[in-house]
This record gives sequence, C-alpha cells and structure tokens, in this order.
Amino acid sequence: MTTDERIIVTATINGEERQWLSSSRDSLLEALRERLGLTGAKEGCNNGNCGACSVLMDGRLVNSCLVMAAECNGAEITTVEGLAQGDQLHPLQTAFLEEAALQCGICTPGFLISSKALLDWKPDPSEEEIRFWLAGNLCRCTGYDKIIRAVEKAAEEMRS
Amino acid sequence: MQAVKYARATSVDEAVQMLRDGGDVARVLAGGTDLIVLARERRRNIDLFVDVKHIPDLTGITYATGQGLTVGAATPLYQVYNHPDVKAHYPALVEASHVIGGTAIQGRASLGGNLANSSPAADGIPAMIALGGIAHTAGPNGARDIPITEFCTGPGRNVLEQGEFIVTLSFPDPAPRSGSAWERFIPRNEMDIAVANAGVYLALDGDTVTEARVAIGAVAPTPLLVPAAAEALIGKPLTDETIEAAAAAAKDAATPISDMRGSEQQRKHLVAVLVKRMLNQAAARARGDE
Ligand SMILES: Cc1cc2nc3c(=O)[nH]c(=O)nc-3n(C[C@H](O)[C@H](O)[C@H](O)COP(=O)(O)OP(=O)(O)OC[C@H]3O[C@@H](n4cnc5c(N)ncnc54)[C@H](O)[C@@H]3O)c2cc1C
Ligand code: FES
Ligand code: FES
Repeated sequence: MTTDERIIVTATINGEERQWLSSSRDSLLEALRERLGLTGAKEGCNNGNCGACSVLMDGRLVNSCLVMAAECNGAEITTVEGLAQGDQLHPLQTAFLEEAALQCGICTPGFLISSKALLDWKPDPSEEEIRFWLAGNLCRCTGYDKIIRAVEKAAEEMRS
Repeated sequence: MQAVKYARATSVDEAVQMLRDGGDVARVLAGGTDLIVLARERRRNIDLFVDVKHIPDLTGITYATGQGLTVGAATPLYQVYNHPDVKAHYPALVEASHVIGGTAIQGRASLGGNLANSSPAADGIPAMIALGGIAHTAGPNGARDIPITEFCTGPGRNVLEQGEFIVTLSFPDPAPRSGSAWERFIPRNEMDIAVANAGVYLALDGDTVTEARVAIGAVAPTPLLVPAAAEALIGKPLTDETIEAAAAAAKDAATPISDMRGSEQQRKHLVAVLVKRMLNQAAARARGDE
C-alpha cells in the first residue's frame, strides 16, 4: 500500500528555477539535501522542534522537515546557500562570525535564515522580540546570548 | 515517511471528491505541523494528503461590524494574529495563536488544524470556545455548522465524519463592552505543551456581567466549556467574590491526569489561577482600561 510515487517538482530555489525528480514521500528538507545537493539546511529533530531545517517558503519562515516536497510546486524557496552574494557574505553571516555566535555550526543555517526572516519583517527588533522570534531554533553548544548579540549587530549594520 | 501521495485541491467540491475517492487512508493537509509528524511516525495508516491550502474559501480572514469574524480553516496563524480586526476585537485568539509553536510553525499551522487534531492540550480551542466559535464544514453528506464546544469528543477524536472537513471558523461580533483573554501555563517561556490553559469572554453592563464564557484546556480529555463558571458570573456584579466562584467552578469541572508535565492537583490549581487572571484581564478590556 505504501509504495511511493515519482513526482516532478518545479520551484524557484535561491532565485533559480529548478526542476527535479522526487519521491512523493520526500519532505522539502530531504529534497533539498538529497535531490538538489543543498546541504545547508540541517536535519536535527525531523519533527519541527529544533529549527535546524529552517528555510523561507514564499518569504515565510518554515521548518522544511514539515513541508512535503510535493507542496513546493511553484513556490519560492530560500536556503542559507542563498544568503551570500557571491563572495560577499550577508551581514548576518559576518556578524555571526565576528560575534562568535557558533561553535559546531549545526544550528547556524537555521538561525541565519530565521534571523533574516525577522529582519525582513522588522529591521529594528527589541531583544525580547529577537528571543521570542528565535524560540523555535535550538542551539546546544554556543548558547543564545552571542546569537542575540550577532542579530542585533547585523540589524544595526543593515540599517546604516 | 508514510503518506505517499499528494493531491492539491483548488475548490471545496474538488476536496470533497478527492477525500471520497481516497477513503479512510486520505487525510486533509493544512499546515502539516501535526499531520506530517504523525505520518512520519507511522502512527496512523495514511496514504494520501489532500492539500486544502489552495482553496480560496479555506484561506483568508474577513470581519464586518455586526456580523463578526470568519477565518478560513487553513489560514496560517501568523495571518490570524497580525490581522487588525482580530487584534481589535478578538484578543483571546491573538494570544493563543501567537504561542502555538514558534515562528516557523506559525508560518504554516492553522486554527482548523488545531481544532481537527483535537488534542486535549490544544491552545487554540479554549480561545475559540470562549469566543463562541462555530466550525462550518463540508463533506460527502453536505455542509454542517458545528459549535466548537461540541466538536471534540476525546483525545484526538471529534465529530467529523469520514471525508468531512472544516471550511471556515466563524465568531460572533463581541458586545460593545466586552473583552476576551487567553493564557496558558508552561514551564518554559515558549515552545511547550500547555500544563493548563484558559480562555474567557465576558460582556458588562455597568459592572454587571451580561454574558460570559469560560473555557479550559489540558485538564480533561477534551477542551471544556464550563457553564457553571458562566452561571457564577452572569447577572451579578464582577467582584473578587464572583470571580473566585467562577474559578472554583472551573476547578471543579477539571478532571486532569497526572503526567510528566504536571500532577492532577497542580493542574486543578493552575486552571483556577488562570481563569481568575483571564477574567480580570477580560474585564479590564471590557472597561476599556487596556
Ligand atoms: C514544534 C511544534 C510545536 C507545537 N506547539 C504547539 C502549541 O504550543 N500549542 C498547540 O496547540 N499546538 C502546537 N503544535 C501542534 C500544531 O502545530 C497545531 O495543532 C496546529 O494548529 C495544527 O495545524 P496544521 O494546520 O499544521 O494542521 P495539520 O497538521 O495540517 O492537520 C492536523 C490534523 O487536522 C486535520 N485537518 C487539518 N485541517 C483540517 C480541516 N480544515 N478540516 C478537517 N481536518 C483538518 C488533518 O488531517 C490532521 O489530522 C506544535 C507542533 C509542533 C511541530
Ligand atoms: S529538523 Fe526540522 S525542526 Fe528540527
Ligand atoms: S553551535 Fe552547535 S548547536 Fe548551535
């Protein structure tokens, strides 16, 4: 009964139209990592709790482990690979490096994407707003204070 | 991952047909924040997702004075709590939808999914009950209007028939001097399952309560409306004593279990505290103090 189907998905990934063959069972996260070779988004929990798989779907922050690849036909997806412009890092990426807001780095792509969504919505968030917004992203080694500081710094940088 | 086929419905009729053809292994897919986890863990036999997010009737929010609010069942939560009319007239709905999961969950999760998932601890349901919500459904046997109070029948169970789904959720326009409020208790600051939650609505004439609805969650097999709490308030002035009596009625109605999140005794205590707080909060809103 539970045999999967081959499906063709067409979506814009980081500004480029891509078409690929997926299994109808694939989550967006699996499609990105295993079909498209975009391994920036990470699998932490695979159930919506850790945020390591965060991507933007039509401009909204989502957990790609809780999106089916089949749902993405016609969608616009932004992953961490889409943040830098060539060699030019996104201000958030620079701030994370400068503020030492990462250690093992597993959570970092999720935090970067989630923070980008925050700053797109609100260029000048308060510390409380940053913490509330990032509550769905877990970090088990760096701790949150440095991450919050990096987001504040990037926000300042992007406003100037 | 289990569910292996995916179909995108673009009209209510098409969804009815797809669910009919799919039989008992077909499931409505809204935000997927409960369903995809369920399918992945193979806790149910699921073979087809029918995506209802592209049906215009199931997305979007409309409000008209005197008529009230209609929320498409699959509308993502961030649209609910950012909507100016919801913010102005239905604060309990804003408060509940703002803490269901984190930002990424709220980009997808819906009130229809929260209701249909029918968890005893669902955060949206007590708010929707307190606001007098009605679920409008479509299905193989036609349309129904189901008061949200009567929707859930047990943990994960509800009155929906096979192939039936929620199209919209509607809420009456609140009375002029009225207020609503919702809150939950969790051990963390965010991203956790409620140990107890409560939603209330009340309307005042002078200091006399003319209308009241008190709903509680995570303290019984389903979220509950507590009529005895409303009776303790209606026709009486809102005082510390009447608020205390309503909270006591909510505590009496609660039949919680003890688990890792909280003991039976703690939950009963908490639900009374929450009801008291929410009544004061709703009253402040009704009086225009907030
Ligand atoms: C990390 C995480 C945190 C969470 N935190 C909370 C929380 O704090 N509070 C809380 O209450 N919940 C929480 N949830 C649970 C979940 O996000 C909510 O219940 C959400 O509202 C479900 O909505 P959905 O649109 O994603 O539903 P889906 O997952 O799409 O569907 C849920 C169920 O309802 C059915 N369904 C969906 N829409 C309809 C419809 N229109 N008609 C009929 N049936 C339908 C589906 O078939 C399925 O059985 C959390 C989940 C995760 C993964
Ligand atoms: S892997 Fe998706 S939220 Fe953890
Ligand atoms: S840096 Fe290791 S989990 Fe965050």
